[in-house]
Amino acid sequence: MTIAAAFNQFVTVTGMNLRNLPSRLGTSLVAVVGIGGVVAVLVSLLSMGEGFRAALDLSGREDVAMILRGGSADELSSSITREEFNVVALAPGIARDARGPIVSGELYTIVDLPMRSTGTAANVPFRGVGDRAMELRPGFRIVAGRMFLRGRDEVIVGRGVFAQFGNVDLGREVKWGSQTWRVVGVFEAGGSVSESEVWTDAVVLRGVYRRGNTVQIVRAQLESAGAIARVKANLEHDPRVNVTVRSERAFYADQSRILLALIKYVGTTLAVLMGVGAVFAALNTMYSAVSSRTREIATLRALGFGAAPVVTSVLLEAAMLGLLGGVIGGLLVYLVLNGYQASTLNWGSFSQLTFAFTVTPQLLVTGLGYSLILGLVGGLLPGLRAARMPVTAGLREL
Amino acid sequence: MMTGVGKYLPLLASSLRRKRLRTFFTIASIVVAFLLFGLAESMRFALRSGVEVAGADRLLTMHKVSFTQLLPASYETRIKAVDGVAAITPQTWFGAWFQDERNQVPTFPTKPEAFLRIYPEISVPEAEQQAWIADRGGILVGRSIADLFGWQVGDTVPLKSAIWRREDGSDSWDVTVRGIFDVPHGGDTRQILMHQDYFEEAKQQAKGLIGWYVIRVDDVDHAQSIARQIDAMFANSPAETKTSSERAMAQSFVNQIGNIGAILSAIVGAVFFTMLLVTANTMAQSVRERTNELGVLKTLGFSNRGVLGLVLGESVLVTTLGGFTGMLLAWWLGIQFEPVLDQYLPGFRVPGSAFAQAFGIMASLGVIAGAVPAWQAMRLRIVDALRQE
Amino acid sequence: MSAPPAAADASRPIVRIRDLVKEYRRGAEVVRVLDGLSLDIAQADFVALMGPSGSGKSTLLNLIGGLDRPTSGSLEVEGLRVDQLTDASLTRWRADHVGFIFQMYNLLPVLTAERNVELPLLLTNLGREQRMRRVAAALALVDLTHRAKHRPRELSGGQEQRVGIARAIVTDPTLLLCDEPTGDLDRKSGDEVLTLLEALNDEYGKTIIMVTHDPHAAERAHRVIHLDKGLLSEEHR
Repeated sequence: MTIAAAFNQFVTVTGMNLRNLPSRLGTSLVAVVGIGGVVAVLVSLLSMGEGFRAALDLSGREDVAMILRGGSADELSSSITREEFNVVALAPGIARDARGPIVSGELYTIVDLPMRSTGTAANVPFRGVGDRAMELRPGFRIVAGRMFLRGRDEVIVGRGVFAQFGNVDLGREVKWGSQTWRVVGVFEAGGSVSESEVWTDAVVLRGVYRRGNTVQIVRAQLESAGAIARVKANLEHDPRVNVTVRSERAFYADQSRILLALIKYVGTTLAVLMGVGAVFAALNTMYSAVSSRTREIATLRALGFGAAPVVTSVLLEAAMLGLLGGVIGGLLVYLVLNGYQASTLNWGSFSQLTFAFTVTPQLLVTGLGYSLILGLVGGLLPGLRAARMPVTAGLREL
Repeated sequence: MMTGVGKYLPLLASSLRRKRLRTFFTIASIVVAFLLFGLAESMRFALRSGVEVAGADRLLTMHKVSFTQLLPASYETRIKAVDGVAAITPQTWFGAWFQDERNQVPTFPTKPEAFLRIYPEISVPEAEQQAWIADRGGILVGRSIADLFGWQVGDTVPLKSAIWRREDGSDSWDVTVRGIFDVPHGGDTRQILMHQDYFEEAKQQAKGLIGWYVIRVDDVDHAQSIARQIDAMFANSPAETKTSSERAMAQSFVNQIGNIGAILSAIVGAVFFTMLLVTANTMAQSVRERTNELGVLKTLGFSNRGVLGLVLGESVLVTTLGGFTGMLLAWWLGIQFEPVLDQYLPGFRVPGSAFAQAFGIMASLGVIAGAVPAWQAMRLRIVDALRQE
Repeated sequence: MSAPPAAADASRPIVRIRDLVKEYRRGAEVVRVLDGLSLDIAQADFVALMGPSGSGKSTLLNLIGGLDRPTSGSLEVEGLRVDQLTDASLTRWRADHVGFIFQMYNLLPVLTAERNVELPLLLTNLGREQRMRRVAAALALVDLTHRAKHRPRELSGGQEQRVGIARAIVTDPTLLLCDEPTGDLDRKSGDEVLTLLEALNDEYGKTIIMVTHDPHAAERAHRVIHLDKGLLSEEHR
């Protein structure tokens, strides 16, 4: 048979199937909803992961180094003396300008605030920053109120903290321990993880928490992204200091590791399980579709139509139903969830991380792809059955 | 009528055999739905039991400002003197890692005898307990850690700390494994306990300071008032305290992860909705195909309500078969995976209450899915039905 | 099975029909299928109803069996005004007193012959053992004991119809109503079925009303009634 003939057959059968569709609307709807549901759940979970990654990635620049105490995995447990700080600041590879090396020695501790959603307390990072800290956060901007004054018991809160937690309205006083602080401003920082933090002057924090002359981490602007290797080699072998050097990007990638792994693990399991359920629903639909057209298919076969056009048309219908489900499911999630702000526990820093559900085009494509696969799997066996059906049996139905 | 229901079972079962594939796929998708339900309930249960395992008769006293701040070691004697305090030990976050920076191990300097009294659920052979108490440089290691690194009792291991420096300038805290502990009724064995004395003597900074206190109270009912008493004792001092029960802390930790309960319910709800559609569709088709048969049954004397009952019964049979299978599968999976997940999520299994809930869901979903077709079957006029093929 | 075989007794009509009217709505039109029919059928009689299509013979059968309700007129079976029963009572009455035999057999394809015959008994209070005994007896009567565990698709047309007959008699009904019982059968099987019906009538005294268009089948009946346009047109023996 020529290609043209095969194609004609295919078109005829498909056209017949599609015209027949309205009478099978109920059954077809089931497959669409089943597959759509799976895609919706998958895209929701993945968009959560994307949200985390976005929040942490945005914070992670290749050309900024994070220097912590040797062996520390997180800012909380690190501690760097003044002498070490001085050595670090002068390391070759670190950018300088008229004011000196672009570094920020910071302190990191955790305090608690009540979550707006539940009213119960949750951990929030409280960071003491040096005067160059803002330069190391791209997109840093005060959006309400003003910056805190050095030496005063004043704090500014990130946009995410302001949205998710109570007690931090502008002008409000918040008490941690026996120390009272006044909230004087709200800042944004390009959507990065800093927006989940509360900031104050490092000197004041040091005093209140009796940290002597130490800092916990040093952030340093590098001359270039490539300079990280040089700084690392230099400082990690310097006998005067005991530090580990990583790029901000590597640092945050590490932090999000557990969270992202959890999402991936749970998401995949869920998607597979639900996918199996959806395939069963699709199989039901397609088998019923085939059996309701036994007579027509048998007639066509008796007339000389080949098996291939029949199988392909069934697969096509199944694929279309699947795709329709994928489109609806993905669109629904995009409309409802995209940009929705939430927060959860960041295992790396042991405090709340605010993020926004992020439905990216790739995610939607992934969802569509999965729905297509589900549809095809659901159509394969029925299609084969339609093709292999003995012609006489089908005609007897007449 | 209920007593006679059994005799209709062969009739119901045989109608399922009508379109075997369709019945199979419908039941299969129901199995998946209930499997997910069972797993979701297991997860909920595990999170909850993590909280329950935490002692209600144990209190944690930490720095009021932040748990990252240190408290004076001198508080110990004063807290011990409070009426109702049965035992107390200080603990500190050591921040240990072993061989590779990435092998972070929760390690706590503590007072051995008090520790063992405060955590009676820990199971360690008596001889090992004594050996640990006797050796200042000894550590008590949880089973998971011991298995992870292949440590045996008697091994000397070099721990490094990400936070603490040694006075003698060296980097390595050499300790000897004196005992390995298990927690038979569920709990965390990812821990190392070392001697507070050894830690205090060797460390360079923060002399005389510890992380927090773990306290065991005589009577659970007095826990609240004892906690308040302790905090009152140190109010307005340079290091104010906040005392709460271990259980309350575990609960607030789970809360911080987010409203997992709501997310699970939403997903399971969506899945059940789909399954409802599948079953309803199957029942609708099944009834449509059997118009003639239903008419025949009515001629034989089955009442309209009887036919309604038959269709509903069939629907419920389908959901129940799928439901039980799904729940059993979830239960079996729980048993398989519980040991694997024990580290992160102890107690992962399907609780009894979930089975009861599942049964209710099976029944109601069966009724809802079959409602419209059953209604149609009931209203079928015999004469019209018989005319159909 | 009830004995004694009494001969047809015209003075004791078991079915008494007076001025029976049945109308159907077809869109805006009203069609009168039965136009004031009056008829008596004696106990233990074997009646054949014949007539062209549209004459109302099947409708009459359905009304007698309580499958449908008349528009007006009276229908009495064994002294009971069947047309005045409530739906629930009618259903119960039908289960106890009527056995149907259809042209297309109407067996449930998913059940074995045995279970098909058992169906009407599920509505009674009989225990399993008793039910199975009756089923065995009914199947023996139609000579299909050896096919009890077979499904309809494994049986020939004639065998299927005999299962249908077994099902119809298993409750020991007063009336046996047959709608074209041989319509779908070949000559030989049809004869077997008719012989069976005759036996049920002769030996067991069952009152049989049979709708048929087959004169060969009508020959076996004791009384043949012709219907035309909803009224009796002729009658002979």
